[in-house]
Amino acid sequence: MSKQSNEWHMLTLVGQDKPGIVAQITSALFRTGAQLGEASMMRLGGNFTIMLMVKSGQSLNELEQSIAPVVAALELHSSFQSINASLHQHELPNTRITVYGADRAGIVADTTSCLLDAGFNIMDLASDVAGDEADPIYIMHIEGIAQNGSEAIETALEQIKIKGVNIDVTPIDIMIA
Amino acid sequence: MAVLDILKYPDEALKQISQPVEQFDEQLLCFLADLEQTMRAGPGGVGIAAPQVGYFKRIAIVDVSVKPKIKHNGCMILINPEIKTWDGMKVGREGCMSVPDYTGNVIRAEKITLQANNPQGELIDYECIGYEARAVQHEMDHLDGLLFLDRLVSRRMDLFKRKVYK
Ligand SMILES: [Zn+2]
Repeated sequence: MSKQSNEWHMLTLVGQDKPGIVAQITSALFRTGAQLGEASMMRLGGNFTIMLMVKSGQSLNELEQSIAPVVAALELHSSFQSINASLHQHELPNTRITVYGADRAGIVADTTSCLLDAGFNIMDLASDVAGDEADPIYIMHIEGIAQNGSEAIETALEQIKIKGVNIDVTPIDIMIA
Repeated sequence: MAVLDILKYPDEALKQISQPVEQFDEQLLCFLADLEQTMRAGPGGVGIAAPQVGYFKRIAIVDVSVKPKIKHNGCMILINPEIKTWDGMKVGREGCMSVPDYTGNVIRAEKITLQANNPQGELIDYECIGYEARAVQHEMDHLDGLLFLDRLVSRRMDLFKRKVYK
């Protein structure tokens, strides 16, 4: 195995939510001398999911070994991937879109395809299914860059609104001071 | 005039409480000119507080007039500012010249009234709404050693904010 010298890796990890997943995984990585970068960790459908940037002088194999005991003990699925990444490169979103409606097939595909066509670059998307089994509601939160301004997005999304989906487009006005 | 260096967190100096201005003199005017120039040189550049340049006096400048279509008071030079009334609450995204490469959601009053000395030492009343009110509250926090990082709310906080205008 070739030595990966101080490159970023993405750790993706998923498993039934149990106490201590985050503390045990990050402690194991810390003990091997790895540096942690940006991360997103959340519960999805009772599973705990982690996307975590890890920088280390170790090979992928060595990194995998370092968390193997925790992964086995907590019955997780994990994988490391070499990625092209850097920190301190945040782009600023200029538009926030909230979408909600009765859950139906295609609501995400419809909305995101429409956004793509309208020149919208998704930077962050989180969605939930709320309501109950009989009447599920789909709620989606999107942030990103509307290349042609938020009005173009609003117009493009009209065709989705016709299908009974509620959509709110708000410019994000970041105040830096 | 000069562009001054901006202190950046984790510099602990940003966490200290600034002292009231007592002398309204030539030296103050010189500092105000430098502070304003520093504000305009920065990214965003709609506000700055004296402690951000390592001068721990209760001075802030806010000028949001570059933003189209909003109500504002022009260039406000706020010395010993005090907020008198708060009204409404709104989540908005903020960043700070002292905290590069991060923006986060903060709840601020939507409408405020305040009193502050002008460079000549006279007491002036202001009314600020929306974006300008947000900038003023952000700057006044600096005078008390608070950063927007001390007031972050979840990114999903947006969910509770439905616009009522339009
Ligand atoms: Zn600031």
